[in-house]
Amino acid sequence: MEQLYKRPKCIQPMQSGYCPGCLHSLATRITAEVVEELEQQNNCILVLPVGCSTMGLLYWKIDMVGSAHGRAPAVATGVKRCSKNSLVFTYQGDGDLAAIGLAEILSAANRGENYTVLFANNSIYGMTGGQMAPTTLEGQKSTTTQKGRDPLTTGYPMRMCELIATLDAPKYVARFSLHDPANVRKAKAGIKKAFETQLAGGGFTFVELMINCPTNWGLTPLDSLTYMVENTIPVFPLGVYKDVEV
Amino acid sequence: MNEVKVNDKLCKGCGYCVHYCPKKILELGKVRSSKGHFYPAVTDQEACIACLMCATICPEGAIEVAKGE
Ligand SMILES: Cc1ncc(C[n+]2csc(CCOP(=O)(O)OP(=O)(O)O)c2C)c(N)n1
Ligand code: SF4
Ligand code: SF4
Ligand code: SF4
Ligand SMILES: [Mg+2]
Repeated sequence: MEQLYKRPKCIQPMQSGYCPGCLHSLATRITAEVVEELEQQNNCILVLPVGCSTMGLLYWKIDMVGSAHGRAPAVATGVKRCSKNSLVFTYQGDGDLAAIGLAEILSAANRGENYTVLFANNSIYGMTGGQMAPTTLEGQKSTTTQKGRDPLTTGYPMRMCELIATLDAPKYVARFSLHDPANVRKAKAGIKKAFETQLAGGGFTFVELMINCPTNWGLTPLDSLTYMVENTIPVFPLGVYKDVEV
Repeated sequence: MNEVKVNDKLCKGCGYCVHYCPKKILELGKVRSSKGHFYPAVTDQEACIACLMCATICPEGAIEVAKGE
């Protein structure tokens, strides 16, 4: 018999800490697969932020550094400049990257730091119980927008790929979604392309992954996927926003 | 015959594999795993076409698929 799918070995052989159906877990799994396909499991350093993704510290079996809220791009800058041949990447949520860490991410992207940012966007602060993030949709309910987000007082959903693609330095900027198997395959190819660009010394690469938060959206896992298709993805269009030959 | 195996120690019962299996041969069972989740049973192993939809979408990597002769 030919084994067609086997779980990656650079994550622990146990359940992740994420809620059932949470796509953070899937994002971690496919990133681990790419790390192994590129044979980088002993040559990579993951910088983790604050948010549900901090649980990666207990799940990944690779070298990691934890950072203060929003500061992963600043920490990754230091790590990569000191360890030029390592595959360095951050994995940040939308509250972390687009709210408290907005200055860090834009500055690192603008400097063209040679590492990869994986940005997991579930349009909410998951870890702290479901507050509004800059990425929360117009009308979306959260604990801090109980009648739905009103742009007149809290602004509009912030699109990070589009913002970062306006800068000169970034080499690869793309948004994918993890709501169905076909899109998972595309996302995996995108992460691989970003990692390969970095390993070739290409420069700053940014991959946004649209994910869910069934727990704080108050939906079953399957209903949360439908919500993504009907509501989130139309506001955050999938695609490649920048792809510079390196 | 192709072989699809669900690891009940990893599965969290989200139902994604059941939803995306084109052959509809995965079914969330009535038995709970040791972790307390209902996990999918394979209802018709012979009908599996080894398309990997289930393994691709499983957040936990709880599904292994092997291709038969
Ligand atoms: C300096 C600081 N401010 C606030 C917090 C509280 N806090 C922890 S996680 C978080 C938001 C996380 O949201 P996001 O980055 O979207 O991650 P998710 O859990 O949704 O994946 C906040 C505000 C903190 N830990 N540190
Ligand atoms: S709270 Fe939301 S983002 Fe955090 S693990 Fe649970 S479902 Fe995932
Ligand atoms: S490999 Fe395809 S046909 Fe077989 S169980 Fe998985 S999804 Fe269904
Ligand atoms: S997708 Fe994975 S975790 Fe979800 S029910 Fe199927 S085997 Fe279990
Ligand atoms: Mg979030």
